Amino acid sequence: MLLALLASRHCLTLSLEPMALTAVPDIEFRAVTKRYGAVTAVSGIDLAIPPSAFVALLGPSGCGKTTCLRMIGGFEQPSEGQVLIRGRDMAGTPPYRRPVNMVFQQYALFPHLDVEENISYGLRQARPRLSSREIGHRAGEALSMVQLAGYGRRKIHELSGGQQQRVALARALVNKPAVLLLDEPLAALDKKLRTDMQIELQNLQREIGITFVLVTHDQEEALSMSDFVCVMNGGRVVQLGQPSEIYDEPADLFVADFVGKTNLLSGKVAGLSGELVDVALADGTVIAARKRVPLSRGEAVSVSLRPESLSLSAPGSGALKGIVRNRIFLGSTAEYAIEVQGIGSLLAKADHVIGQGNLFKPGEPVAIGFAAGAPLAFPRANNNGTNQREDQHAEILS
Amino acid sequence: MPAGSQPAFSMRRSLFRKNLVTALLLAPAALWLVVFLVLPFVAIAIFSVGERAPEGGYQAALTLAQYANLPARATAFWNTIVLAPAGALACLLVAYPVAYYLALRAPQRWRLILLALIVIPFWTSLLMRTYAWMYILGGRGIPALLAYVGIEDLRLINTPGAVLLGIVYGYLPLMILPIYVSLERLDRRLLEASADLGATPLATFLGVTLRLSLPGVMTGFSLVMILLLGEYLIPTLLGGGKVFFIGNALVDLFLQSRNWPFGSAIAITLVLVSVVVLIVANRISTRLSGARRVDLI
Repeated sequence: MLLALLASRHCLTLSLEPMALTAVPDIEFRAVTKRYGAVTAVSGIDLAIPPSAFVALLGPSGCGKTTCLRMIGGFEQPSEGQVLIRGRDMAGTPPYRRPVNMVFQQYALFPHLDVEENISYGLRQARPRLSSREIGHRAGEALSMVQLAGYGRRKIHELSGGQQQRVALARALVNKPAVLLLDEPLAALDKKLRTDMQIELQNLQREIGITFVLVTHDQEEALSMSDFVCVMNGGRVVQLGQPSEIYDEPADLFVADFVGKTNLLSGKVAGLSGELVDVALADGTVIAARKRVPLSRGEAVSVSLRPESLSLSAPGSGALKGIVRNRIFLGSTAEYAIEVQGIGSLLAKADHVIGQGNLFKPGEPVAIGFAAGAPLAFPRANNNGTNQREDQHAEILS
Repeated sequence: MPAGSQPAFSMRRSLFRKNLVTALLLAPAALWLVVFLVLPFVAIAIFSVGERAPEGGYQAALTLAQYANLPARATAFWNTIVLAPAGALACLLVAYPVAYYLALRAPQRWRLILLALIVIPFWTSLLMRTYAWMYILGGRGIPALLAYVGIEDLRLINTPGAVLLGIVYGYLPLMILPIYVSLERLDRRLLEASADLGATPLATFLGVTLRLSLPGVMTGFSLVMILLLGEYLIPTLLGGGKVFFIGNALVDLFLQSRNWPFGSAIAITLVLVSVVVLIVANRISTRLSGARRVDLI
């Protein structure tokens, strides 16, 4: 299966011209498998990343996303298949001859060099040698690009985490790579700084126009920053698409559960009607759900319902009835844990409009409704990751 | 009692208790050092400005004559000052590749075994091992074997070369271990980052690995060098009477000719030289590694 991405934000404008259709992908994986002894980290991945895209490799730890990044960087060799950068097979090409640069997790800055020496490290390796004037000039440019002008002579240990992050970015970008690889670059920053850096990274990518490949386990980060999200699980690509696509139309139960919060309701297929299936939930309620794969009558399914697609109202209407157990007031929204007899706990999210007094209190009975088409039915997979997430939900709500 | 004085009081008391515990913990070591290091050192310093009693030993005086007389042992100083750094350097050249292999290349499960093999020679006394070298280098050792293939009259024992060999053999583990530790602590991602930025393996070694292992190198170097400045055994056994170290001069002065004041002056000078070596080494490694603090020894 070749998951070619042709509709990047930048390509869209070009796609009228035939050039864009034949554009060589910046990064291409052809049937790439990576094994460590008996363990298969990545199995048979095909992937093409078009030029000038911001792509996130998203997945839980151990899903193979970092291995993929390291194979692009040249720190790991695929056991099978090929990795191509701008159409060139990289087999046997060591990291120091690849036209990519990496921002390492925890940055891996050289402690014995100052900020400017760190940034110019790559420029000093260039052959034929660059003049020291050019090196100084480009390092200075890179410093101002990440808003650290004047910090050139600082020692690395004198910098804050956010500043170190910027130095790591500048050190990679100053070499004008074809592709920038980012390995969990924001993991070590606090929340406020992380949000700032997300915006800054997005701006940088648009300005420079090169491909960014970001590895993250944080689905929020992946959705908010990238043009494309590549969801991975168990060494495979599960879904590739734009963030809204991944969120609204998850390919399977794993994606539905991993990306964003969702309620998973178990039930059985009671009837089939075209694109929709009727699902009988544990308490006997039958709801209509959309399906992504063919389902048969009587099959055990999980129905995914996003918290924000649930609407709460006074008892009397709605598909389901429940009692509010907890309310988490978040300012612009409020989250409710609602106990539904025979089904369990559901998470609902409602917008809070000032002065409207539309908040429900714990203990209050409510009716739960949802838009037609909101529920998505998936075959019940024996997926361990799913159970784990359910436990997490239970923990949050208890 | 006014409110608030109670916590302040109890805090002061807990601080006192903490200090008392610290003092008790340090007392044995402090006592040991005062009795066996500081007092003898003071005695030696006093001896060094005294005079030799007619029948040998020390006679109270206040003179710098002993220091003025230092050139009389110039050969011993010269031998020491040349052979100690040379020995430390030879040790370093042999030790670095070994430490590098152990820290960065050896398979994880072999590492401990290989490290143990390096330390095991310490289980036998250096005296025994140096005697073994005496035999190996002596007339019935290697020269006898070489005579079979026609290389006659080769003299190995009692040469500066033999002393150097003995030094490298004896002190190699002391050089390997600190270098191993600094290489072991090296963040492997720095090597990947260097390669990622276009540095060839050689450039990475020179620019990152070697630079960041310099604290270990300086520790090993100064450790071996300082021990060599006071070395006595190896020059005696492998250098015969010919390669005279300061250590040998000291034994001679204190035990044979019983010129305690002159021996003391030499000992004080030796300590000063060692301190200078330590300070210089510390300076260099701090500057080169960019570390805030360097643990020397």
